[in-house]
Amino acid sequence: MSGRQIARWMAPLIVAVAAGAAQAQGPGGPPPVTTVPPAGTETAPLDYWSMLFVFMLATFIGVGVIRRVSRLLHTPLMSLTNAISAIAVVGSIIVTGSDHPLHIRILGAIALFASMTNIVSGFLITDRMLKMFKGDGGRK
Amino acid sequence: MIDAFTQLSYVVATALFILALHWMNDPKTARRGVYGGVAAMVVAILATWAQPQVIVHHVWIVLAIALGFIVGWPLSRVPLTAVPQRTALSHSFGGLAAGLVGTAEYFLWLGGARANLTPFRMTAIIAEIILGFLTFTGSLMAAGKLQEIRWIPQRPVTFPLQNAVNIGLLLLAAILGAALVLNPAAAWSATAFLSIIGLALLFGVLLIIPIGGADMPTVISILNSYAGLSAVAMGFVLDNKLLITAGALDGSSGLILSIIMCKAMNRSFANVLFGAFGKVEPAKTGGGQKAYKTETIEGAAQLLEQASLVVIVPGYGMAVAQAQHKVRELYDQLKKRGITVRFAIHPVAGRMPGHMNVLLAEADIPYTDLVEMEEINPDMPQCDVALVVGANDVVNPAARSDKTSPIYGMPIVDADKARTVLAVKRSKNPGFAGIDNELYFSDRTWMLFGDAKAVIGELVKQLSGGSGMH
Repeated sequence: MSGRQIARWMAPLIVAVAAGAAQAQGPGGPPPVTTVPPAGTETAPLDYWSMLFVFMLATFIGVGVIRRVSRLLHTPLMSLTNAISAIAVVGSIIVTGSDHPLHIRILGAIALFASMTNIVSGFLITDRMLKMFKGDGGRK
Repeated sequence: MIDAFTQLSYVVATALFILALHWMNDPKTARRGVYGGVAAMVVAILATWAQPQVIVHHVWIVLAIALGFIVGWPLSRVPLTAVPQRTALSHSFGGLAAGLVGTAEYFLWLGGARANLTPFRMTAIIAEIILGFLTFTGSLMAAGKLQEIRWIPQRPVTFPLQNAVNIGLLLLAAILGAALVLNPAAAWSATAFLSIIGLALLFGVLLIIPIGGADMPTVISILNSYAGLSAVAMGFVLDNKLLITAGALDGSSGLILSIIMCKAMNRSFANVLFGAFGKVEPAKTGGGQKAYKTETIEGAAQLLEQASLVVIVPGYGMAVAQAQHKVRELYDQLKKRGITVRFAIHPVAGRMPGHMNVLLAEADIPYTDLVEMEEINPDMPQCDVALVVGANDVVNPAARSDKTSPIYGMPIVDADKARTVLAVKRSKNPGFAGIDNELYFSDRTWMLFGDAKAVIGELVKQLSGGSGMH
């Protein structure tokens, strides 16, 4: 891919990161805690606007990138995005690993298992399918 | 400090996810996309695991991850014809994970830090559990239908006031949700929360039962989008931008695929979800004067041998019969004779987006010979033989000509414009949508009845000069 191409689709990402950084800095003082507060302690003020902002930009980046995916690869694309959306694993780990009541952790562990299954099977099957796509020169 | 590290890792993971999807735009770089995705995931998991509040129950995490590997590995080894089911199943796992985390967070905060249950968070949690749980049961149903599990009806199930009931359920869930946003910690709140879960689970089932097999590519794409959006909602609940970006990437991917699928069928989202495609009037079978002309294997082989351009149009029937390897042998035989062979790929052929491409790639057919419908259609008049293997609605000329046909307006592969059409078909029954196909009655069309794998196998034997014909 050419440099211009890279620049074209990197631009929104850079904007997103810059905007996120600007938001995180806030007016004076250290950046606010952006992870989940431990149960039963303080209530972190949620930064809704930057989250909506990130969501909007990520959706546009997603649409831009995925529109260019070759139709040949739509099945592997779906299994890859499947594995990517198993990023829910992050939330599951936080719920499972923290010092929460037992029933909460059980829910978290099931969620963690489900996401992990998607990660493992999603990436493996995507790779397995992609290995099969060969150009003209690739055949024995 | 540790927080800065976590956030930095999340930024890196996000960039890698975007790169991974970017690499998918070309088969040559696509595998790099998988490595990028794996790297991003590992970074994200380790960064999360290293957070100070996640230090208590490592054993649980390790066990759940190990179990994920144990179940995930065999799920990645399924035959490629079962990929649609596997994909639907993984959407349901994704929905389940989001739904459970949402539930856990709600009850956690309800039992302790109630001040965390702000209206914004509650809205996000409600969205998360509704999307998550409806994706869970909906995708399970879709997977069951695709796997042809006996107690899940294959044909669309409809009942009076179906759409009213479905919309009513969703509305009820939304009203309960609104009440919860305003009163997250009232005496009845937990009950209302669980009722919403119940409604979402039920809605998922009801959403899928009226949907027929031909609509599966669209439905799978929509469920893909929902699974992504439920991860986004989780990101809003947990204030986690990595979840939001990765979920949004998945959501937009599902959205784009759904749009492509809908366009390829000339239908709207609403029409797919609420239209109950398969129960259309059982076609006007045009009296008795319509008759199929059948061709022998020898005749068909001769037709193929004399061609200079052969276009093969694969459909779901090829997947069912597992005929892709025989098709590849046929491809080799024809290539050996200097005949140009192309595959015409309709976007909704099969049961999920790109289904045919994967099957043919598995059979070692170079992707350069897999041609999209729009690109091959202008060449169809020059095509000597169009060989239709288990495709039906995607080559039905009624889509162009017959305004009363339920598939009218759907773009099709113009197989009927080829000089000769050979159609391999399992039985004389109409296709999935229950619509008669004029193509089979055209005077240029010759039918080869039988299992696709067997028929193509016979053709290969005939062409390779071996014995084994009837």
